[in-house]
Amino acid sequence: MPIGSPFHSRTDALCRTQEWREWSGYFAAISYQVSHEVEYYSVRNAAGLLDVSPLFKYEITGSDAGQLVDRIMTRNIGKCQVGQVVYSPWCDERGKVIDDGTIARLGETRFRVTAADPNLRWFQDCSSGLDAQVRDVSVEVAALALQGPNARNILKQIFTKIDLDRLPYYHAIEAKLGINRLEISRTGYTGDLGYELWIGADNAEALWDRVMEAGQGFGLQPLGLAALDMLRVEAGLLLIDVDYTSAQHARIPSQYSSPIEIGLGWAVDLAHRDFIGAEALRAEKQRGSLRKFVGLEVSWEALDELFDEVDLPPQVAGRASRMPVPLYAGGKQIGQATSMLFSPILKKYIALATVEAAHSQVGGRVEMEITVEYERKRAEARVAKLPFFDPKRKKALAHS
Amino acid sequence: MSQDFDAIVIGGGHNSLTAVAYLAKAGMKVAVFEQRGLLGGAASTEELFPGFRFNTGLSDAGLLLPDVIDDLGLTAHGLDWLEAPALAFAPLGAEKSLTLWQDLGRTTEELGQHSKSDAQVFARYTQQNAAFGALLQEMAKLAPPSLQYKPLPLLLAWAKVAIRARRLGGRRMMEFMRVLPMGAARYLDEWFESVALKGLLGAVSVSGLLQGPRAAGTAFMLLYQQMGSTGGYMAMKTAQGGVGAVSAALASAAGSYGAEIHTGVRVAHILSENGKALGVELVDGSQVLAKVVLSGAEVRHTLVDLVGASKLAPSVMRRLRALKLRGSTASVHLALSGLPKFSTSDNDNERLTGDIVICPSLDYAEQAYDDAKYGRFSARPILIARIPSLLDSTLAPDGEHTLSITLRYAPYHLRGSDWGNEKERLGDLAVKVLSEHAPGLKKLIKQRKVITPLDYERDYGLTEGSMMHGQMSLDQLVMMRPVPGFVGYRTPIEGLYINGAGAHPGGGVTGAPGRNAARQVLKEI
Repeated sequence: MPIGSPFHSRTDALCRTQEWREWSGYFAAISYQVSHEVEYYSVRNAAGLLDVSPLFKYEITGSDAGQLVDRIMTRNIGKCQVGQVVYSPWCDERGKVIDDGTIARLGETRFRVTAADPNLRWFQDCSSGLDAQVRDVSVEVAALALQGPNARNILKQIFTKIDLDRLPYYHAIEAKLGINRLEISRTGYTGDLGYELWIGADNAEALWDRVMEAGQGFGLQPLGLAALDMLRVEAGLLLIDVDYTSAQHARIPSQYSSPIEIGLGWAVDLAHRDFIGAEALRAEKQRGSLRKFVGLEVSWEALDELFDEVDLPPQVAGRASRMPVPLYAGGKQIGQATSMLFSPILKKYIALATVEAAHSQVGGRVEMEITVEYERKRAEARVAKLPFFDPKRKKALAHS
Repeated sequence: MSQDFDAIVIGGGHNSLTAVAYLAKAGMKVAVFEQRGLLGGAASTEELFPGFRFNTGLSDAGLLLPDVIDDLGLTAHGLDWLEAPALAFAPLGAEKSLTLWQDLGRTTEELGQHSKSDAQVFARYTQQNAAFGALLQEMAKLAPPSLQYKPLPLLLAWAKVAIRARRLGGRRMMEFMRVLPMGAARYLDEWFESVALKGLLGAVSVSGLLQGPRAAGTAFMLLYQQMGSTGGYMAMKTAQGGVGAVSAALASAAGSYGAEIHTGVRVAHILSENGKALGVELVDGSQVLAKVVLSGAEVRHTLVDLVGASKLAPSVMRRLRALKLRGSTASVHLALSGLPKFSTSDNDNERLTGDIVICPSLDYAEQAYDDAKYGRFSARPILIARIPSLLDSTLAPDGEHTLSITLRYAPYHLRGSDWGNEKERLGDLAVKVLSEHAPGLKKLIKQRKVITPLDYERDYGLTEGSMMHGQMSLDQLVMMRPVPGFVGYRTPIEGLYINGAGAHPGGGVTGAPGRNAARQVLKEI
C-alpha cells in the first residue's frame, strides 16, 4: 500500500480524477484533471508543478566524496563545480547501466544524487576504502519540479533575493523560503525550461502553497505522470524499466544495456578515468556497440493507409504508450520501440526505440508493428534525431 | 637491492617459501619479503627464552606434501624427521588415560581397556580414513576447477582423482561423499562407543575452526588432518629442530635455486595500474617491480590493505567482507625446568612424545565452543599440548623442556573485554587445566608466553588471528576458497596470485597452496 508524499495533502485535494499510480512506494497523481492534455499543454505553454518526492535521493559527504561519486558515475565528476548539476548513468563492473540520475554538487565534499531505484547498498559498496558516507535522504528531502516557459517568472515572484535569470542550465542555487533553506536546480524531465526545488519534508506544504499562489496568472497547473510521460518522450529522455532494464533487474544477457547502447555515450567520459565499468566500456568502444538508442517518426501516410483498409481513421494513443513493439527491417526484427506517443505539439507519431547499430542512422527506414483492428501490421518509420522537441528556452539565460 | 624480478612473493611463511622455491627452480628471478626477522610465519620455531625454542604457530608438519619434499630435495637441505612412538595421549583423570600409538597393534590393545568394540573396529576406521585422506591429498595438489575456470588439462587431472575415488569401490565412494559434509561427532558416534576416544578424535575435527564437533563439515576437517597418514589420528611428522626446520629447508632450497630472501622487510603496498599488478612498495618507500606478484598473506589483507579497497570492484569487496576468518586458537608456551609428570601416564614418557590432548568427550568440546559462540574464551578449553624437547634435545637446555599448548576456543572477537585484559588469564587457565593432570607443572615453569589471536594478527600478520587464513568450513572450501569467483590462485588484479593457506586446499603445513600457486604462475607466464 503506497503512502502519501510530503505534498500529499495538497496533491490529494487537487486530484479530481483520483487516478494514482504507485511510484517508489508513494501515491503519485497520474492526472489531476479529466483530461491530462491540459497538464501537458500547460508545461509547453505556461507551467506545470510536479511532485517528484518519490525519487530516491542520496547525500554523499566526506573528504573523499568527490572521489566516490567520480568512481560511480560514467561522467567525469572532477569537472563538476560546486553549484553545478550533471546528469549521468552509473554502471556495474561489466559496464551495464544500473540507473541514471542527476548529481548536484552542493559543496566541495557534498553531493546529492537522485535515482529511480534504491541504490544505497550499491553506493556504499563502492565506497570501500574511501572516506565518504552515503546517506539515504529520500524521506527527509521533498522535491517539486516546476516546468514550462513561465517557470522562471513564477519563481521570481517568490525568490526575489537570488538571481534566477542568470542561473544556467544544470546549475543549482541555494534559496530561502521564510527561514527555511532549499535548493533550486535548473533541471527537469520535460525538455523544457524548468526547475526542481529541494526542501526539507517538514516545509514541503508551505513550498507547494507558495508556488501555487505565485503561479496564479501564469497558467500554472499541477502536473500528473500521464502528461509527464508525453513530455519526456518528446524530450527524448529515457525511462528505466521502460526503455532499458537496470543491470540490477536484468536476468538474461540481452536485457543488460551499456550506456552507449541506450544513447548515453555522450555521458561516458573514458579519458584517464577508472570509474566502475570503465574497462568494459573501453572494450565496447573499441569493438563497437551492437545496439543503439534512437528516435523514430512513424509515417502518417503509412498509418493512414493501414487504417484506411478497415475504413477507420488512424487511431493513435492519446497518452504515451509503454507497450513495447517489434521493429523490422528487410523482413527481420532489428529492435523494439519502447515508448510511443502522438506528439500534440509536433503533430507526429514518435517513438523511442532500441535498434541494431546498423539501422541507427538518422533518416534510415524501419518498420514498426501497428495493431489495426486486432491485426498486426507494419508501418514505415524513419530514424529521427533526438530530442524531438528542443526549445531554445530550455538552456537559454533570461533576456535581461 | 636489485630491481625488477620475474616474481615477488609477499610473506615468508612456509607456503610462500614453497612457491619461491618452485618458481626459482623453474628459472625465474624471484624475491621474497618477510616482515618479521625470521622466516616461517605460522610454521616457525622461535627462541622465546634463551635456550628454549618453541613452535609458536603450528606444531607439526605431518601434512607436508611428499611431492614438495621430493621436488625441492628438502632432505638434502637439512630436513630430518624424528620418530615419535605416540600419536596422542589423553589423560582422563581417575587413573585412566588413553594413548594412540604409531603402532596400530599397541593402540588396539590400549583401546581394549576402554571398549572391546572400539578396539575391534579401530583398524577398519583407520583404513577407511587413510583411503579418504589419500584422496583428499590428491585433491589438495590440484587447482580447483569452477564454472568459469575449466582448462582441459585441469579437468583431466580432476578426472584422474574421480577415477581414483571410483576405485575405492562403490560403497566406499558413497561413504566418502556422505561423510565429508557430516559433523565429526556423528561420524565418530557411528564408529565408536568410548566417550574418551571420541573426545580425543573430535579435538582434531575442530582444528582452526570456530565450530563445535557437531557442526556440519567438521568430518571433513577430521579427514583433512589425516591426509597422508594411516594412524587414524592426525598426520604427524616431527622435524628435527622444530617445525621451523621445514621453513628453513624450504628457504635453503629456494636460496640454492637463486631466490633472494629478505627478512625484516615489510611490503607497504602492492603497486597496480588499470587492474594489473606491477610490483610492490616497501615501507621505506622503495619500489620493486616484477612481472607477477604472489601473496602468502591472507587474501582480504592482500587485496583490501595492500592493493587498496578503492581499486577493487564493489562485488569483490562484498565477497571479501563476507569472508569468515574468525581465528579462535591461542597458544601458551612454557619453558620448564624439568619434564612434567602426568598422573595417568604410568611414568611412561613414550606416551608424551605425541600430542597431549585434553578433550575428554565430544560434549566437552561442544561446550567449549558454546562459550566462543558468545564471544568468550572457553571456560573449559580444548588443549593440545606438545613437549617437543622430549624427542629433540636441541630445543631446550639439558634436562629442561619446552611445552607448547594450543588452546581452543579463544575467539579473536571477544565480547565485553579485550585480549589486553584476557591474555594472561588465558595463560593461567591453560596451565590450570593441564595441571589437573600434571600436578607438578606449575612449579616447573620458568617462563611463559601467551600468544592470543590478536598477537597472531599483530605479530604474525594473520588477519583476525586465523592461522588457516579463513575458516575451512564447507562454504569456504575448494572452488569457494579463498572466495567464490577467484580461480586458479588468481585475484581480480591481473598478475597477483594468492599462495597462502587462504587458497585451496587450506591451512596446515602442507606446502600445497604454495606449490599449486607457483605451478599456476609457471603455466601462465
